[in-house]
Amino acid sequence: MKPAPFEYCRADTLDEALELMAEFGSDASALAGGMSLGPMLNMRLARPAAVIDINPVESLAGIAADGGVLETGALCRQVDALASPLIAESVPLLAEALPFVGHFQTRNRGTLGGSVCHADPSAEIPLALVALGGEVVVQRKGRARTIAADDFFDGIFATAREPDELVTALRWPRATAGTGCAFDEIAQRQGDFAIAAVAAAATVDPDGGLSAVSLGLGGIEDRPVLADLSGFVGAPATAETAAGAAALAADRADPIEDPKASAAYRRQLVRVLGARALERAFDRAGAAPC
Amino acid sequence: MLRIKPGTRHRVTVTVNGRRHGGFAEARTLLSDFLRHELKLFGTHVGCEHGVCGACTVNIDGRAVRSCLRFAVQVDGAEIGTVEGLAEGGSLSPLQEAFRRHHALQCGFCTAGILISATQFLETNPDPTEDEVRDMLSGHICRCTGYEGMVRAILDVAGGSS
Ligand code: FES
Ligand code: FES
Repeated sequence: MKPAPFEYCRADTLDEALELMAEFGSDASALAGGMSLGPMLNMRLARPAAVIDINPVESLAGIAADGGVLETGALCRQVDALASPLIAESVPLLAEALPFVGHFQTRNRGTLGGSVCHADPSAEIPLALVALGGEVVVQRKGRARTIAADDFFDGIFATAREPDELVTALRWPRATAGTGCAFDEIAQRQGDFAIAAVAAAATVDPDGGLSAVSLGLGGIEDRPVLADLSGFVGAPATAETAAGAAALAADRADPIEDPKASAAYRRQLVRVLGARALERAFDRAGAAPC
Repeated sequence: MLRIKPGTRHRVTVTVNGRRHGGFAEARTLLSDFLRHELKLFGTHVGCEHGVCGACTVNIDGRAVRSCLRFAVQVDGAEIGTVEGLAEGGSLSPLQEAFRRHHALQCGFCTAGILISATQFLETNPDPTEDEVRDMLSGHICRCTGYEGMVRAILDVAGGSS
């Protein structure tokens, strides 16, 4: 359980990092916190020719509000995101999801961007980004582009990032008045990979009807997916609506089956956790901006 | 920009428990192996080598982290704390004393990592709830104790109810 030999390259600036990504392309793995790449290397599931350590690139570590969007640098540590009042206030769904991400000891080092780049289908941060309709910023030498989160995740450990591109930031739509959200998951133990995770978001108009509603599902398919609940727009924001919407999401889901859980169990979790999360999102939408 | 070719040995200097240490590491050498094999500090244990068990947890620049998920060449110049640094002048730290009092260890394989985690955890959260302690402990696997003694020991030293 030791990594195969590789060349270690430490980038001190973003330019150096992009230079190295251009040089090695698909032979490179960018190293941020290493909470996902480390195990992949140690188990030799990844054998890159070069590991490009981007940790010294301080410009990638920030959290900044930009109008209606909160931008988190790819290197923003999960522990710092969890402690950020700006995230708690503007992206409460992420704040609620983060305690489910690994453990205290891995959040101390793990990053938001690393989790998104790794694209584990059960990971919470990618799910939160998809559920909120966020975006991923990727850069290569001389070019940056922004990819909608829903288009970014292609499948298990597969993303729309080109081999010479580096994920540099995540863009989170900021919560507005009348919007509520909620996150929940079931795993075999606290901090373990989610068997099923749900991220609900809803906008409730002043007379109690839903003007928008969505339910993101993690650990269910090969990537985080959004259930189509457009048929519930206009419905009252009640427990019955929450249960009906979660049941529809469960019926339409195509859950994976693995040694941890059957497809039927995962479908049932979508039904139960989904209903609870949607109901909580409805309540929060009525209460305060979320 | 620093580049270390595969197979070459690179000089790494770190401060461990207040003392400067130097050694050589390949690009792929894990910090856990560097501490044990190069610096001969065997207090830090290695269980799974993929971030799950927590046995290898050390403190790097103030944060408890997995040393099996860090390369030695990444920590050049860092301040590292390991279990060997907890007892001062031959007497156990209050947390270590509490572990002994509450029978929070049996074989002790997991203990080095847990003590490092719990020490930093209490620095950031001096008066935790039992749920918070259990959440922090979820990052460690102990095959012997059932964790109850650890929960009591940590709450005891934090001044909480036990
Ligand atoms: S040896 Fe590092 S977490 Fe298990
Ligand atoms: S005391 Fe034996 S593994 Fe924890």
